[in-house]
Amino acid sequence: MLRLALKMLFGDHAKYLMLISGITFATLLMTQGAALFCGIMSWTYSPLRNIRAHVWVSDPKVEQVNDSKPLRDTDLLRVRSVDGVAWAAALYQGYNQARLVDGTFKFVTLVGLDATTLAGAPAEMIEGSLEDLRLPNTVIIDQFGVEQFTQKRGVPVGVGESFEINDREARIVGICRTQRSFTGGPFVFTTYDRIASYVPGQRKLLSFVLVEPAAGVTPLELARRIERETGLRAYTRSEFMWSTIWWYVRNTGIPINVGLIVMIGLVVGIAISGQTFYSFVLENSRNLAALKAMGASTMTLCVMLIVQSLAVGLIGFGIGLGIVCAVGTMVLHLGKVPFLLLWQIPVASLVAVLLISVLAAVLGIWRIVRLEPAVVFR
Amino acid sequence: MQLNEWSAAASAIRVLGIEKAFGEGTSRTPVLRGAALEARRGEMLMLVGPSGCGKTTLLSIIAGTMHADAGQVEVLGQRIDRMRAGQVTRFRAHHLGFIFQQFNLIPTLTIAENVSVPLLIQGLRPGAAERRAREILDRVGLSDKTESRPSKLSGGQQQRVAIARALVHDPPLVICDEPTSSLDSENGRQVMDILRDIACDPHRCVIIVTHDNRTYRYADRMAEMEDGTIRHVLGSPAEIAAAHAAQGIPARTAAS
Repeated sequence: MLRLALKMLFGDHAKYLMLISGITFATLLMTQGAALFCGIMSWTYSPLRNIRAHVWVSDPKVEQVNDSKPLRDTDLLRVRSVDGVAWAAALYQGYNQARLVDGTFKFVTLVGLDATTLAGAPAEMIEGSLEDLRLPNTVIIDQFGVEQFTQKRGVPVGVGESFEINDREARIVGICRTQRSFTGGPFVFTTYDRIASYVPGQRKLLSFVLVEPAAGVTPLELARRIERETGLRAYTRSEFMWSTIWWYVRNTGIPINVGLIVMIGLVVGIAISGQTFYSFVLENSRNLAALKAMGASTMTLCVMLIVQSLAVGLIGFGIGLGIVCAVGTMVLHLGKVPFLLLWQIPVASLVAVLLISVLAAVLGIWRIVRLEPAVVFR
Repeated sequence: MQLNEWSAAASAIRVLGIEKAFGEGTSRTPVLRGAALEARRGEMLMLVGPSGCGKTTLLSIIAGTMHADAGQVEVLGQRIDRMRAGQVTRFRAHHLGFIFQQFNLIPTLTIAENVSVPLLIQGLRPGAAERRAREILDRVGLSDKTESRPSKLSGGQQQRVAIARALVHDPPLVICDEPTSSLDSENGRQVMDILRDIACDPHRCVIIVTHDNRTYRYADRMAEMEDGTIRHVLGSPAEIAAAHAAQGIPARTAAS
């Protein structure tokens, strides 16, 4: 009977395509919306991925990695004095304008690394050498910097070329690979002691202290110890990531807007699938009544209906997820659209699609339960 | 009179004192008023009468698809009015075959699949069910249409498929609701010929609700209904022939 149920469904091409379209569209909206949200959120904590450290120490009021409230230089020494610290390095992170050779300005995330250790340096160099950062007036830019600084030139910006920050020369000695920032501006790495010349008029420049725990000390233990002993805020990498994400969730309209997309997907899915499935049952009610008269139990017919709705749900979900993956691959290749498809997203979408399918089936089941087999004789 | 007073030996259907009304309160309309009927195995019984006399309602009650308000219903020796809903459903699946006025073939299934439905309901495997369906389709002359869809068949062919579906599980009782009313006279005759040839055997009862007087000559007995009761049951060939003659209907041929 289940095979017949599927043949009944697949044979009604118009209804079948309508149902598949509804579920596909719902999957597309929900999954794409959630992947977009995760993508945006992953951009918010990109400094944590581009500047590598186990523990980040900041002003007690700092809640997220893009918001730095400068520390005193002596705070670096206080952190170093905490038991369990292997090393601690100064870090500047701020937003500045770069003036290109053609006179245009670009907004950049300027990062000042400790010149001695280069702690927090980018993990992957595409071109040039990290050590060259110790040469005078030098910077390392990322692949987005190359793209944005090249926009009005025919030839890509490369190692050996210069631009200006605060009228000071910034000579490119390397190109690294980073994760895109929330603001979209490229990361420009230089040394901490050179920051003073690039950033005018700021009394304090120490945005964060990057800390490495000594052997046998976990980042979490060390973070709590630093907080106890210095009164500063210390985050493990994971803590800082979630703190940043929650800050954006609380303080921006992103979750509401993306949540609306996901909800629209769910409602559209329920509406289209429920209505189409119900009309499918209505149109087949005389045949279903005939099956009931011939001895098919209500339970059998309900199971047939559930199988039909689950089949539509799974096929629609598969197609929808396939489209999302294709679109995601495309946008990731372009690199300009936030997209992060965590494994939890398809799982949650599948649960939502199954919910849609069950709701659609329930409407049909309600009809079948009330269906009198005697109607077939009228 | 109680049902147990009747002879049960060859009886397929025995109903007594059936009452049924539709609606509530002042709009309550009685449809059956103490209807009583008996049908035997091996006979083709026609239930005839004017529209609205309660034929289809009585047929639904006999088929177990509708409950009577009062009365006793015994089908194939089982009191189906005392059965629970699930029991009646299983009883129908195993013992009853149905032929409907509008054929009720599932349009998205092939003819063989449509015919195999009663066997699938009984739980037979699809392969075995379809083999059996092809055999019975061969008997109704549709062996070349097994993979066709119902929409590709004429009305007469669709009703032959419905006959095959009604008989595929070899039920002892076949219930037919106006089997020829959607067909022209030639197709109606063919359908009745097939019903007479294939459906009728000594162990099976065929009960037909009809007001198509062209089909009367195929009946072994005719029960005439009026105002919710059975007025007459014409039993002997002479009685039926006389009734046919009175209506200008030719007598059944020897072949049929």
